[in-house]
Amino acid sequence: MIREFQHGTKALPSNLPCRLIKVGAVEWRQIAQRVRTDGGRLLTLWGADDRDRDGRYRVYAAYLNANGVDVIEHEMDGGARPVYPSLCEFFPSSLRMERTVFDLLGIRSMEPDQRGWLRHGGWSESAFPLRRDFESNSQSAAVSEPYPFVQVEGDGVHEIPVGPVHAGTIEPGHFRFSVVGEKVLRLEERLGYTHKGVEKRFEQLPLEEGHRLAARISGDSAVAYSWAYCAALESITSADCPPRALQLRALALEHERMANHLGDLGALGNDAGFAFGLTHFSRMKEDLLRTNQACFGARYLMDFIVPGGVVSDLPAHAHRLLLDRYRTIEAGTASMRNTYDNHAGVQDRFRETGVLSPELAWNLDATGLAARASGIPHDLRADCPWPPYDKLKPKVSTQPSGDVAARAAVRFDEIVESLRICRALAGGLAGGSVRNAIAEAAPGLLGIGVIEAWRGPVLIALETGPGGSIRRCHPHDPSWQNWPLLEFAILGNLVPDFPLINKSFNLSYSGQDV
Amino acid sequence: MIKTLVQIVRTGILTEEAPQVADADLALSEIHESIRRTLGRALCIRHVDAGSCNGCELEIQALNNPYYNLEGIGIKFVASPRHADLLLVTGPVSVNMEEALKRTFDAISDPKLVVAVGDCGTCGGIFGKSYASRGAVADVIPVNHSVKGCPPAPVAILQAILQVIR
Repeated sequence: MIREFQHGTKALPSNLPCRLIKVGAVEWRQIAQRVRTDGGRLLTLWGADDRDRDGRYRVYAAYLNANGVDVIEHEMDGGARPVYPSLCEFFPSSLRMERTVFDLLGIRSMEPDQRGWLRHGGWSESAFPLRRDFESNSQSAAVSEPYPFVQVEGDGVHEIPVGPVHAGTIEPGHFRFSVVGEKVLRLEERLGYTHKGVEKRFEQLPLEEGHRLAARISGDSAVAYSWAYCAALESITSADCPPRALQLRALALEHERMANHLGDLGALGNDAGFAFGLTHFSRMKEDLLRTNQACFGARYLMDFIVPGGVVSDLPAHAHRLLLDRYRTIEAGTASMRNTYDNHAGVQDRFRETGVLSPELAWNLDATGLAARASGIPHDLRADCPWPPYDKLKPKVSTQPSGDVAARAAVRFDEIVESLRICRALAGGLAGGSVRNAIAEAAPGLLGIGVIEAWRGPVLIALETGPGGSIRRCHPHDPSWQNWPLLEFAILGNLVPDFPLINKSFNLSYSGQDV
Repeated sequence: MIKTLVQIVRTGILTEEAPQVADADLALSEIHESIRRTLGRALCIRHVDAGSCNGCELEIQALNNPYYNLEGIGIKFVASPRHADLLLVTGPVSVNMEEALKRTFDAISDPKLVVAVGDCGTCGGIFGKSYASRGAVADVIPVNHSVKGCPPAPVAILQAILQVIR
């Protein structure tokens, strides 16, 4: 694929096959078009200020193609108004990423929607936090700026603003509904409320500390992010991670997947008016978290994965604990699936609610779990497996209907498959150590870590600086691609169904806002 | 329906005893006493995520699972700050959430309590203070009690809540 652009191509350190291709503005767009027609996907888009090094700004786009990851680099002159061509025509999900690149770096894409995305007025319009000359600890008084939502006009149309503080124990974001009666005509999201300057913060940390911040980008995906960070760093330093550590990482990742799926299935039942579901799924989730505590030393594995391996081995009695837990989760989930499937009230709320058709999902760059529930069979663990998934042969679950019921069904299937993977891992653990030392990284190297988290692929692009420092680190959450899907899935549904539809996607605010 | 009832009976009651609170802190201010007098053990909590990574939210949600059964000891989460006695705040306060947090605090009628949850809420955590983060909750609104941890276990959060109201 994209063979004709291969001049200036080099391999990049990554846990997946990965290449870097340097291009000019025209090819930047041609490649995007080619990737789109060949069935590839946009993984992420980010920028960097390299004026201190060679007087240039750079933008990068990472695509997932059949043969692995292609990172496209486009550089521009470090003058007063750097611009690059937009990719929205081929990948609509890049719009919010392009707006963010402007907010943080002052590099503008040629896209007409120039509203701020992460910048709400908390820092000056003419200051760009990711520029090298920006003082990271500078604080300025927030100035509340109006945000021009797209207006819907007509007889009986009115707006319902929701958020940023929501009614439940969830993350903050703003939703603007335009409705007639109870029917939603339009939904516009405004996110960025939990923006905490993560990318700038990375640049203050040494390379061997960065995994701790990565794990806290989205607390529900701590294992995936810390693994992606460590995969990038280990690829850069050509470090060998012991086989046993890789297996324990996979075990932790599958536990994370199951814990989130159990929590979501319970919350979906609750939002459909079936509190019994919440009670039983939250019980099973708690059981799993307590097993995590007993086996990995923490309920949420924020600091389990470290560069070169994992922080500790399983205790002696872990095997028994794990198998007992898998048995109760398997039986409990099967019983609850039967209950949900046969409960008329639950099915009435789940089916044909929040439909995202396979065609729309594809056109809007849907990824991960939401894409699989709309018939797109993408899962990196199967499509492009990294160790130890190359030996585990995960089965990809898909559903064709794209409704809340489909997103619930994919979660049920994935719990079953995760249990199979966990049993295979627990039963076949390699011997040996769980952590190797890693060598010091040379400066100026770019590495990519990509891990299929429970929502979809998370990516870390890590560039080393001198003396073991981080020059640039860009984390990407699949929620970037999937938040816009919600704006379409809600159309024509009733306002009271929004919490249910939103929960069926359960996207990350913090992972998107970074 | 019968299957559901059978499962309820078979599962039984899983709720564990509420954790003990360390000896009553004599320094607790009059406001605590006033809340206790007014509310007995019926406390209403409003939660605000002021910039958290979602880790603390998951552990707060766990308080409602059958093991911790928060509602069983008379404490419930409410949808509006107007109904709340206690504000539970997570996260380093992001610059973008500062105004929403202050407004939520102001919307709760006096007397009111604030508990900051997690390392980030307590001291800014790994995010610290920056152009986008104001750091600890106490730097933005008055805080009565903090609970550390990343994320703190549900029992630790429960202890902190009981500590401020007893």
